[in-house]
Amino acid sequence: MSHETLQILWFVLIAVLWTGYLVLEGFDFGVGMLLPFLPRDERERRVMINTVGPVWDGNEVWLLTAGGATFAAFPEWYATLFSGAYLPLLLILLALIARVVSFEWRGKISTPRWQRSFYWGLVLGSWVPAVLWGVAFGNLVAGLKISPVTSTVSNPGAAQDITRTTLQYTGGFFDLLSAGHGFALLTGVLTATVFLAHGAIFLSLKTAGDLQSRAAVLAKRLSLGALGVGAVWAIWLQLAFSRNAWTWAALVLAALALAAAAWFAWVGAHGRAFAASAVAIVAAVVLIFGAMFPDVMPSTIDPAYSLTIHNASSSAYTLTMMSWVALILTPLVLAYQAWTYWVFRKRIGVHHIPEQVDVTFENAPSLR
Amino acid sequence: MDALTLARWQFGITTVYHFIFVPLTIGLSTLVAIMQTLWVRSGKTEWLRLTKYFGKLLLINFAIGVATGIVQEFQFGMNWSEYSRFVGDIFGAPLAMEALAAFFIESTFLGLWIFGWDKLPKRVHLATIWLVAGSTTLSAFFILSANSWMQHPVGATFNPATGRAEMHDLGAVVTNPTVLAAFPHTIAAAFLTAGTFVAAVCTLWMVRLVRRGDTDRARAVYRPGLRLGLVAIVISGIVVAGSGHWQAQLMFRQQPMKMAAAEGLVNTETRVPLSLLTVGSLNNDPASVQHLVQIPCLTSILADNTCNSTLKGVADLQKQYEQKYGTGVDYIPNLAVTYWSFRLMMAFAAFAALLALMTLWLTRKGRVSDNVWLRPVAIAALPTIFLASSAGWIFTEMGRQPWVVAPNPNPEGADMVWQLTMRGVSTQVSAGSVVTSLVLFTLLYGVLAVAWYRLMRRYVAGGVDDAGLGADTPADGGEGTTTDVDRPLSFAY
Repeated sequence: MSHETLQILWFVLIAVLWTGYLVLEGFDFGVGMLLPFLPRDERERRVMINTVGPVWDGNEVWLLTAGGATFAAFPEWYATLFSGAYLPLLLILLALIARVVSFEWRGKISTPRWQRSFYWGLVLGSWVPAVLWGVAFGNLVAGLKISPVTSTVSNPGAAQDITRTTLQYTGGFFDLLSAGHGFALLTGVLTATVFLAHGAIFLSLKTAGDLQSRAAVLAKRLSLGALGVGAVWAIWLQLAFSRNAWTWAALVLAALALAAAAWFAWVGAHGRAFAASAVAIVAAVVLIFGAMFPDVMPSTIDPAYSLTIHNASSSAYTLTMMSWVALILTPLVLAYQAWTYWVFRKRIGVHHIPEQVDVTFENAPSLR
Repeated sequence: MDALTLARWQFGITTVYHFIFVPLTIGLSTLVAIMQTLWVRSGKTEWLRLTKYFGKLLLINFAIGVATGIVQEFQFGMNWSEYSRFVGDIFGAPLAMEALAAFFIESTFLGLWIFGWDKLPKRVHLATIWLVAGSTTLSAFFILSANSWMQHPVGATFNPATGRAEMHDLGAVVTNPTVLAAFPHTIAAAFLTAGTFVAAVCTLWMVRLVRRGDTDRARAVYRPGLRLGLVAIVISGIVVAGSGHWQAQLMFRQQPMKMAAAEGLVNTETRVPLSLLTVGSLNNDPASVQHLVQIPCLTSILADNTCNSTLKGVADLQKQYEQKYGTGVDYIPNLAVTYWSFRLMMAFAAFAALLALMTLWLTRKGRVSDNVWLRPVAIAALPTIFLASSAGWIFTEMGRQPWVVAPNPNPEGADMVWQLTMRGVSTQVSAGSVVTSLVLFTLLYGVLAVAWYRLMRRYVAGGVDDAGLGADTPADGGEGTTTDVDRPLSFAY
């Protein structure tokens, strides 16, 4: 394959990895975000956490893979994006760290103070990335202050000085927030709303009893909200920022899917609502990546400074090798992750939750 | 402090912290898999008890390892963007493969193992923990390939047109002799950590139960766990030593400066002794180095299997490097840090060795023991075996300085592919941003360390659980696997 075909392939693959991440982690973010609003007691809280218990970790690996794939396939994109969006990424990382340990540790000691701390780890750990990933994607679509930066790469005291010019983010933290005159912030609102709806629909599908009926009511309202925010966002994106007319197709698909999700949530067909909600996220990712293509980080200072799939990519050799790796492994990943969802397909109710998870101390109070 | 120094501290803190938990995760996942296999094959409930006991400790530890690993995937881009641009063509590949080939299996099958006790047939459930164990080991291979490439770049050439290193041989990157030696060393160290952990915890419980007069329970439950830990310590101890010797020989040829710094060797010498105590000023002045206690010839033997091998000293190497790479750089790594971290790596493992020798003798032929020395030795072995890995990595990484990608001295090697650490740091990230992240990561990591310790201590002190062994037994294959839908979830959050 030609270098350009490989570059397009890897642009698509990275979009696929982000799709996997946002569709899957989207609902477990939603579940975490709904923790302050839905459950009435500790048992219901635990039902919610256990609906995503077996899968949240596997969902999160889609992000790590997207990060690793960007590093391997588009090193300049990886370098400029993560050094440029430094502070938002820092907040996301802190939130994700807190979230991971909270899932595993919260129930392991049954004192109120311990559980409250890790409960907030779950709630903030879900809200913060849900909003900030949206803001980050809003920035990618709307463009960033990217300019050429020249720096010395040769050693001090070397026979001759060698410099290299790279395309780097030269704006500040607040430029990231105000990108696209509010478009980036709206994208943050969009991802939060869509994940809330996605999570509520997931809970309607996976829980039982009283909790399930309350989740179903919330799913109706939230999916309507997602439809409203989504419509404004998608039209703004298409009219103001898209470089490609064909993304209208993705826009229409996203709108239809959001409407379908709302309709199915309204009539109580939660399986279909969940599928529609997942399709909506897929279409939104296609819209985002399609609107940028062939840029990966458009410059608002001068289009000539934009990072594109051409000037940000790895060599043809690396892309070829990585294509083989991805071609062999991705279907396997999809197969065993699908199997996991099949194994844990049953609904969960409060009667499934054991009394005690904390250590029992039957044998001894301590090793002292 | 400037952004470079701050970024280096941040990388050091986040990476050493991450790697406190990783060796235990890698080793313990396999040991738990072995315990569960012993239960499935023998049907003896003590192995099920031990599986669940160490399984919970594994999960507590797994979570913090995964959480702190997320940072590793992104901080190259955040603080080391110029490094990432320079090496992304090569270095990104093993990172992406690690996620795709190892992390997915690890996370997915860990979820199946935790929640699958009453949902999967016994043998399928057993397979899930083996997949977790195998994939954590595989992930170590990929990340060590990436790190070994920084120690000894191969399979790449410098492209003057793009100003970047470019890969031309992925096979060479994953069969780099540096990784072929580092992988067994790191994995064996992980097994040594986990074996010591299991042996020490079982020792503490054995001593306690024997003192209480409950020798039957000590013999039935904790002695088998202790013996399994001992097997792990003995085998991995041999592999750690052997692969370490191999690494020293590679280092002699690949990174002579690191080798010289590890010994505080200033001038080129033949028949180099191994120094046990050396002092010098902390400002890295080679002239101040004084060797006080030495074992004749041992360093020469470590490096090249003969007493007559010649090692270049740091002062001579400095002159050689100045000619080749520029006069404005101090190419000598921090001598005090490299010298002492190398020795502490080995010294910290001494308590594990002592524990192994004592318990091998005291628990021979079905015996249990409450010898008064067992408890203090087990308690000393627990933290020190973790610190041994930390010291090893501090040596490996600090000994590579001032390079982030050390030059490959082989004439036909990837000779133009090298980068100074100072050239790898992000140029557009302010010192203020780095200090913010440094402070926030350190604070969060401090809080998590306290919580991790509290949990580990509590669950170690809880002992094996006798309750619910029946209810949590995995469903057997074949007929009658329909599980009661109202049965409580096992291992639920």
